[in-house]
Amino acid sequence: MGRKANRLSPFNITALALGMAFLYLPIVILVIYSFNDSRLVTVWGGWSLRWYREFFNDRAMLDAAWMSLRVAAVSATIATLLGTLAAVGLVRGERFRGRSLLSGMLYAPLVMPEVISGLSLLLLFVALNAERGFWTVTIAHTTLTMCFVTVVVQSRLASLDRSLEEAAMDLGCDPVQAFLRVTLPLIIPAIAAGWMLAFTLSLDDVVIASFTTGPGSATLPIRIYSEVRLGVKPEINAICTMVIALIAVIIVIASLVSKLSSSEAKSAAPL
Amino acid sequence: MGLADHMTEESPDTGRPNVDVSAAPAEAAADMPLLRIEGVSKTFGSFRAVDRLSLDIGAGEFFALLGPSGCGKTTLLRMLAGFETPDEGRVLLGGRDIAPVLPHERPVNMMFQNYALFPHLNVRDNIAFGLKRAGMPRAAIDTRVAEMVALVKLGGMEKRKPDQLSGGQRQRVALARSLARRPKVLLLDEPLAALDKKLRESTQLELMELQRRLGMTFIIVTHDQEEAMTMANRIGVMDAGRLEQVATPRDLYEAPASRWVAEFVGDVNLFEGEVTSHEHHRLTVATRDGGAIVVAEPRQPVTKSLVSVAIRPEKLKLSRRGPASDAVTSEAINRLEGVVTDVGYLGGSTVYKVKLDSGAVVRSSIANTSRLDRDTYSAGQRVVAWFRPDDCVVLER
Amino acid sequence: MSARRIFAQPARYAAIAPYLWMVLFFLVPFGFVLKISLSQTAIAQPPYVPLFDFSEGWAAIKAAFAQLSLDNFKLLVSDSLYISSYLRSLVVAVTSTLILLLIGYPIAYGMARLPQRWQAIAMMLVIVPFWTSFLIRIYAWINILQHDGLLNKVLLALHLVSTPVVWLSTDTAMYIGIVYSYLPFMILPLYATLARMESSLLEAASDLGASPLRSFWLVTFPLSLPGVGAGALLCFIPIVGEFVIPDLLAGSSSMMIGQTLWLEFFTNKDWPVAAAAAVALLVLLVPPLLLYDRLQRRTLGGAN
Repeated sequence: MGRKANRLSPFNITALALGMAFLYLPIVILVIYSFNDSRLVTVWGGWSLRWYREFFNDRAMLDAAWMSLRVAAVSATIATLLGTLAAVGLVRGERFRGRSLLSGMLYAPLVMPEVISGLSLLLLFVALNAERGFWTVTIAHTTLTMCFVTVVVQSRLASLDRSLEEAAMDLGCDPVQAFLRVTLPLIIPAIAAGWMLAFTLSLDDVVIASFTTGPGSATLPIRIYSEVRLGVKPEINAICTMVIALIAVIIVIASLVSKLSSSEAKSAAPL
Repeated sequence: MGLADHMTEESPDTGRPNVDVSAAPAEAAADMPLLRIEGVSKTFGSFRAVDRLSLDIGAGEFFALLGPSGCGKTTLLRMLAGFETPDEGRVLLGGRDIAPVLPHERPVNMMFQNYALFPHLNVRDNIAFGLKRAGMPRAAIDTRVAEMVALVKLGGMEKRKPDQLSGGQRQRVALARSLARRPKVLLLDEPLAALDKKLRESTQLELMELQRRLGMTFIIVTHDQEEAMTMANRIGVMDAGRLEQVATPRDLYEAPASRWVAEFVGDVNLFEGEVTSHEHHRLTVATRDGGAIVVAEPRQPVTKSLVSVAIRPEKLKLSRRGPASDAVTSEAINRLEGVVTDVGYLGGSTVYKVKLDSGAVVRSSIANTSRLDRDTYSAGQRVVAWFRPDDCVVLER
Repeated sequence: MSARRIFAQPARYAAIAPYLWMVLFFLVPFGFVLKISLSQTAIAQPPYVPLFDFSEGWAAIKAAFAQLSLDNFKLLVSDSLYISSYLRSLVVAVTSTLILLLIGYPIAYGMARLPQRWQAIAMMLVIVPFWTSFLIRIYAWINILQHDGLLNKVLLALHLVSTPVVWLSTDTAMYIGIVYSYLPFMILPLYATLARMESSLLEAASDLGASPLRSFWLVTFPLSLPGVGAGALLCFIPIVGEFVIPDLLAGSSSMMIGQTLWLEFFTNKDWPVAAAAAVALLVLLVPPLLLYDRLQRRTLGGAN
């Protein structure tokens, strides 16, 4: 198939170049300035790791970062487990009573403003008289991110050839064995991608965490947020750069996993 | 090769009885066929996929279910595999009703249309999958897998993943995987549909050879009549959830039970008419398109007077003047005059379309038996189309 | 029973745990929001009068229903602060969506015309910022937009301005931040429809004598409308409830509804009014959500 009409005009190229520059330039500038020796963020004082050292001596920031990583890891893990189960129920459960309520509850947080999600969970925690801190934030993040995991796993599961499960049953598996031995290995890449998405979303969240956390257990984004409101600080540039680096690593792993997943999907498709 | 002998040997290694064909009590009911389907129906919503269908299939048969898409043949096969449960009726395997038995507990295996090979497992593990579930010891699994790999000629491919195999190789893995548990019945759902024509023909012969050697019962679903005719001992032709006819390939073609079967299997010219006389084992049928046609008396007596006369194109011969009489039988010959309108050269044969003087169009297929025999007839030429009474079939309408 | 049904039973059991989780942590809290939005403010901890106590049984619940007050909602419609912040949310969301469309369309269009191999890379480049922290991306812009930031330096160096321009705490900065954050949401659905479009359609149009510009307006654009709709709604809906971007980049003279809600909650400790504002915000979002849902169904139906 010739794609003759796919010629790029100068206009197309300009639009693409400007668009990409718009998307990436601010981040690049931020990263570069994180290595600036000067206290004034705007004056270039030569390359230095000064602000990284500063961060590693900042007890409060370190605590917040550690809190965030713990919340992200735990909530992503629970969310992946629950989200995968939900996806299995929605895709393989056929029609059952309450199915549309379940899919509605899983769909709503994706589009609901974070202020509402945060507010409603806080009201619950207050009513339950729960002490606010690590677990309340973790529960809140799990609730939000499991919806994303469900979407990711659901689409992979729906595209899976059903005759694979039938073949497994034909060869002696009961339905649960068929799922564990055939379906699960095939959707593992989507589950892994779901975990990573959940992890980064949790690491990123300010609003819901602000509502659901308690005194003394601020997450990293909450700390950054309160610092940023007071103005630009070089140390924040350094922290942001490290978060970006962490997320970049996750993206690379995720894209490798999804490459794996798509090649498996190809072979799962009938010829 | 001797592999078939291995296959039928008593094997003490099998963990569960349902994977071992020879140890199962198939002979318990001697009067019972291996598989009996009794008045089975299946409805999806308002669509009746299978409609009170009954069928017996004996041990060691190669049976084909043939029909157009949507006729219910795949639903029937899936009921045998356990993926669908009949709404009514019984499915007896070796005398036992298997309707409530779940797929993983049935001594039946299926080869899927798209093969359904597990993409995350290599060839060896795909073949060994069902054996592991049966709890076979490791050593016995290794032996059985090696046997299967040799049987389908996949030596050296054991470590490959399905996406590293060609279409033909995948088909073999699927076959080996479904044979590995030594099912009493192997179900094949359009097993050759994904292969190209050349490969399909050679694989047909291999499947027949395999079935003969293993002595296993094969039930194949196909929409390809040539495939069914080539491979099967018996064919069940299905339409709208019912069996139209169950017969050997030859009977199906030469003695179709209904007009629908005659038209579905092969090509046919049909003349509608009314029986006017019946004497000396000959019927005379007055037809609108072909005048009076003399037909040999069918095996089953004709009860209705409105009938169709069916004649296969290769049995409708052409000549310039028409023979004065049939030299072989010196009996009456049916003669129809007309003009050639189309000539289709197919290599082995040529198909002529002849417009009869009555306005009807008939097709005649003539074998090209000698190389230099150029088009005997050309478009626009007047010809006589003739056929013998024994070569046509009377079908009630 | 069919094969599907053999699987369905265990699959439904699998859904029990997530079901309970979502009921407890999504549905029930939502009920709390509704409940508190209808109760009275109190200077206490928690700062509202509970409508009813579950331990007091049915009678208490009945008594509570008698006390339900719509006061908080009355306040919302009578106080100009709320009305203006709702209006501002709508105006900001509509304006941002239009800007996003103007910027996103040419980019998506350029992407769809790239050679196949490059399309995947471009797509990846658009998705990556979505993974990168939202807060960090806003912070990156504060770096650039501040008084002696890079933008002012460049403008001064080019002699486009003589004194540094105030960017931060203006609507311009907020729009830049919103457009920057939501651009991937606009590009991806647009790109999806544009990439699916058969290039033979454009060839046919030019074969029939249409100039490139005309064939764009007569063929490409109308066919990309589902993508335009999806992208616009995908941006509009979350922007209405946006909090972080206006809070960090816009001035404090007027607030969006998300900010008002935050203020009532954290600063004024007026939880019932905050809850009422949340309910009202959701009501505002229902029509575009339904529209989006219908659009998705229609596109999916068309694809089949």
